Amino acid sequence: MIKIINLLSVLAIPLFISGILVYGYSKGVKVYEVFVEGAKEGILTSLRIIPYLVAMFVAIGIFRSSGAMELITHALAPVMSRLGVPSEVLPIILIRPMSGVAALGMFTDLVTRVGPDSFAGRLSATMMGSTETIFYTLSVYFGSVGITNTRHTLLAALCADLAGIMASLIICKLVFV
Amino acid sequence: MVNSLWVFLIIMGIIVAVFTGRLQEVTDSALSSAKSAVELALSLIGIYALWLGLMNIARKSGLIARISRLMKPITRVLFKDVPPNHGALGSITMNIIANMLGMGNAATPFGLRAMKELQQLNKDKKTATNAMCTFLVINTSSVQLIPTTIIAIRSAAGSGNPTEIIGTALIATICSTLVGIMAVKSLERIF
Repeated sequence: MIKIINLLSVLAIPLFISGILVYGYSKGVKVYEVFVEGAKEGILTSLRIIPYLVAMFVAIGIFRSSGAMELITHALAPVMSRLGVPSEVLPIILIRPMSGVAALGMFTDLVTRVGPDSFAGRLSATMMGSTETIFYTLSVYFGSVGITNTRHTLLAALCADLAGIMASLIICKLVFV
Repeated sequence: MVNSLWVFLIIMGIIVAVFTGRLQEVTDSALSSAKSAVELALSLIGIYALWLGLMNIARKSGLIARISRLMKPITRVLFKDVPPNHGALGSITMNIIANMLGMGNAATPFGLRAMKELQQLNKDKKTATNAMCTFLVINTSSVQLIPTTIIAIRSAAGSGNPTEIIGTALIATICSTLVGIMAVKSLERIF
């Protein structure tokens, strides 16, 4: 099983690239010129998102380095343990909407500390696979087109995040306990 | 709301830092985060250029239009306000496919293009449309079919069965996406 998945993930991008190229070439598209024309937009796009990235990175950096995360983790720990969430998983739940890289780092750390096949290891793996970074995506996507009033997006995204966490907890309890 | 979140993270962080005595760490982190944001954006230039170049070929050859037609039953329901043959639906489709395959760094440039096209349909350029809100929530709720990075980490840590979480993650991700769609659709009448 793991071999098939490894093969698939190694093949995905080469297949994607060659599929588009072969299809385009066979339809008579001037692939090289058209590629270069599209690539120009990539440069503008990545430069345009810089201010929004800086704004979000700085806010999350300040928040994380201040110790506020530990404070919230402490406050929530009793409620979470009653729900059956192991205390080591809670920091991942809290950091996940803010930073994918930080959450991945915490996940790797957790898995090496308590083992990938522990309940905490399986639960956090399930959660990591079912939720995404929210704050960063929102600021970059809306920022890139100059939207300042994002209406109900954050609220709905947090609902989805919470649903992913609860669903992970329920499924992992059913499957792995 | 993003406005208040941003202020909250910074002010809350600084207030907590006063009590925990970590003001120096906060200062260092603010400066280094600003730097790494730019480094990230610069390191993405090449990757974005690659994917948007390929996407241009896929669009000019009619490949995107073909895939979009297949996805139409879904996109028509989710993005009612977007005209059926508008280019935005093509970019949205590409973004969702890239996300499903776990190609995160390809999904973002496709997604940003979709936002640009959705913005052309927007009358009030400062306020998000229903289609934009729905698109963003689908993006943040994760639709990845196989969490390859997570499996790799589990495997490296010596798991007896690294792939056993595929099923649980898939069910959880379906739940989060469905709840996200229901939330965004019911809240759009209030906000």
